[in-house]
Amino acid sequence: MPTTMINGHDVSVDDEGFMTVYDEWDEATGAALAQAIGVNMTDEHWQVIRFLRNDFKAQGATPTIRRVSTAGGVDTKKLFQLFPKKPAKKMAYIAGLPKPAGCV
Amino acid sequence: MTATADMTATADMTATADMTATADMIVPAFDDDVATGRKLAIIVSKGSLDMAYPGLILGNAALGEGVELHLFFTFWGFDIITKGRMEHLKFSPVGNPAAHIPAALAPMPGMTTMATHMMHKSLEELDIPDVPEFLALIKASGAHIWACRLSADMNHLTLEDLWDGVDGILNASDFIEMTDGAQLLFI
Repeated sequence: MPTTMINGHDVSVDDEGFMTVYDEWDEATGAALAQAIGVNMTDEHWQVIRFLRNDFKAQGATPTIRRVSTAGGVDTKKLFQLFPKKPAKKMAYIAGLPKPAGCV
Repeated sequence: MTATADMTATADMTATADMTATADMIVPAFDDDVATGRKLAIIVSKGSLDMAYPGLILGNAALGEGVELHLFFTFWGFDIITKGRMEHLKFSPVGNPAAHIPAALAPMPGMTTMATHMMHKSLEELDIPDVPEFLALIKASGAHIWACRLSADMNHLTLEDLWDGVDGILNASDFIEMTDGAQLLFI
């Protein structure tokens, strides 16, 4: 399992760079991850990322786009605006979570 | 310590922490630029409940990967976008050995209703949206949704009769023109 330096800390990641240890993440780390993929974080972005973090903790799985919209209350269109093109993967990456496993 | 971490440690001495963080991080290739221009067109030609889902699921996945999506509903697939019918799609075990119901029992009265009910239940358990909600989801994700001209004419339907998210009614040539360079899937 590789590690990489994020925001001055050594963190565990998978081969693609997704963080693998839930507790190694904090919001400063999330901000550094967002910067690395060119996402400028606003309050709306943070609202989504916090939902992902909490939902993962409660459910044990990264929420899909649909779940972020139905359970997290942020509509799909908005998610595509906030995290362009590949919202599910980008949200998961910034939140320090694995890519969502579900199909829908 | 891995090679990456070693490199980071060395770079730390010469660069600011911020620059190092970005320069030496393992960052996933989201291929933002590569995906530009990838286009998928799915022809949805079947109107049974089980055959409505493959196009919706793959289309949804494509949109989530930043791929431009065109869904073209034709022939039996027209029911999926017809207001009065889209909520009542059925799954029939008749002629389908994979339904694992004895062939002689499959055509019995009530079997289709029962099989449809069971499929709805399975989908619900997996939190898969029903057809109208699924269409709304992919529409919100940026899907282009087209209806087939000949199917509309055969069924005496106009845009008024179709689901509100339908972008328009296209003839076959329009569709071919519109999907220039696209990858095609016929379901």
